Amino acid sequence: MFNFNSQGLTLAGQDILSPIQLSFNPGETHCLLGPSGCGKSSLLNQVSGLIGRDDSARWESAKPQIGYLFQQPRLLPWRTVRQNLSLVEPDQASVISMLEQVKLPSIADHYPNELSLGMARRVALARCLLLKPDIILMDEPLTSLDLPTAKEMRVLIKRLVCDHPQRSMLYVTHDLDEALELGDVVSVLGGTPSHIIYSAPTDEVSRIELEALLRY
Amino acid sequence: MRAQHFTDQVVAIVLLLTAWWGISFLADNALIPSPAVVFNAVVIEWQQERLLPSLSITLQRVIISFLFAMLIGGIIGVLMGQFKLLNRLLDPILIILLNIPALVVIILLYIWFGLVEVAAVAAVIINKLPNVAVTLREGGRMFDHELNEMANIYRFSFYKKVVHLWWPQLFPYVMIATRGGLALIWKIVLVVELLGRSDGVGFQLHLAFQVFDVATILAYSFAFIAIVQLIEWFILQPLDSKASRWQKGNGNV
Repeated sequence: MFNFNSQGLTLAGQDILSPIQLSFNPGETHCLLGPSGCGKSSLLNQVSGLIGRDDSARWESAKPQIGYLFQQPRLLPWRTVRQNLSLVEPDQASVISMLEQVKLPSIADHYPNELSLGMARRVALARCLLLKPDIILMDEPLTSLDLPTAKEMRVLIKRLVCDHPQRSMLYVTHDLDEALELGDVVSVLGGTPSHIIYSAPTDEVSRIELEALLRY
Repeated sequence: MRAQHFTDQVVAIVLLLTAWWGISFLADNALIPSPAVVFNAVVIEWQQERLLPSLSITLQRVIISFLFAMLIGGIIGVLMGQFKLLNRLLDPILIILLNIPALVVIILLYIWFGLVEVAAVAAVIINKLPNVAVTLREGGRMFDHELNEMANIYRFSFYKKVVHLWWPQLFPYVMIATRGGLALIWKIVLVVELLGRSDGVGFQLHLAFQVFDVATILAYSFAFIAIVQLIEWFILQPLDSKASRWQKGNGNV
């Protein structure tokens, strides 16, 4: 288990996040909900170490290996899919095997601009998994996908991440149904500066309460 | 498409030669030689074994100056693009260097260090370096912040960042600086040679100028233009084409 303690986050003189503690248990998916602009992505960035690299955030034990699936796939456009993945995992057998797992076995030598957004997201998921992370952060990975593609991606995430006994995930979404389907724990970020205003295991969640908090 | 491009270029060259021949025919003066006379001058210089050694020496100076100017100017430019403090510190110096006439730099270095090879090459480098720095500074400013974040998350080594992340983003700017650089550098090298060297194309131009031998002057000029054009066709364009392969893909698999 990994414990993350944030003393809060201030950006450009503005308090974005209050102190937050997060626990990452192996095999647990933690879904984070909240209105736009409440600091969900900032929290992910702080957990990943991309922002707030000072004493304001620390891991209780050793820092875990973190994989991050950004909202945009962030593949190197001038490298093929195979080259993008090989930068994380040089072993070609692993790369091809991972592409098969995300159901894209035949696009290894294509460039990212030849892929649809859904395919590019799956390649980004493959890259994330090739890192063999202890914790995976996902920032609204189904945004802007059409319904069938989003459903396909959700199934992949569930199979490859949520059902994996060792992988912890912090999953940011706007979609309550998505959170309830994928999450073992559901939390809501809100307030000013933002803090966790609600958190419960999925099977104990009060949907009415959640909808009220999210102003459905 | 490529054949059409080639045909257009041939037509343009034929038109230019025709206009040149027409003007020289009407002028009927040795100071405006015809294309045939200039070609003959190329043959004579070749036969007398002056053309190739001169071109070779000038090309060496161009390449050495170009490599140093690109390397030093490129590093300074990228760092200025990345670090605002460095940009603020070096920007005034860059503006001064950009505005010092090339001739002044050449003369000063010859006065301070004598008519030696190092002074000649250094003068060319100092003249070209600020242009490279300004171009590459723009490249440094345009680094994709999101891809940098991705590279940090996925723990790219410094080598991987240089080769796979930064260099491809800089490449278009490097090509702009390269093309502009070659065009500018060889002109400055000729001035450097004309003023203070006893070999190279610039020196040959100096000799031809003393006897108003316009045909030889044009012969050396066209010979060097041909070399620069060969560099463009056989080095720069293939590099460009290879580096932009990824942009040709368009649409979904």
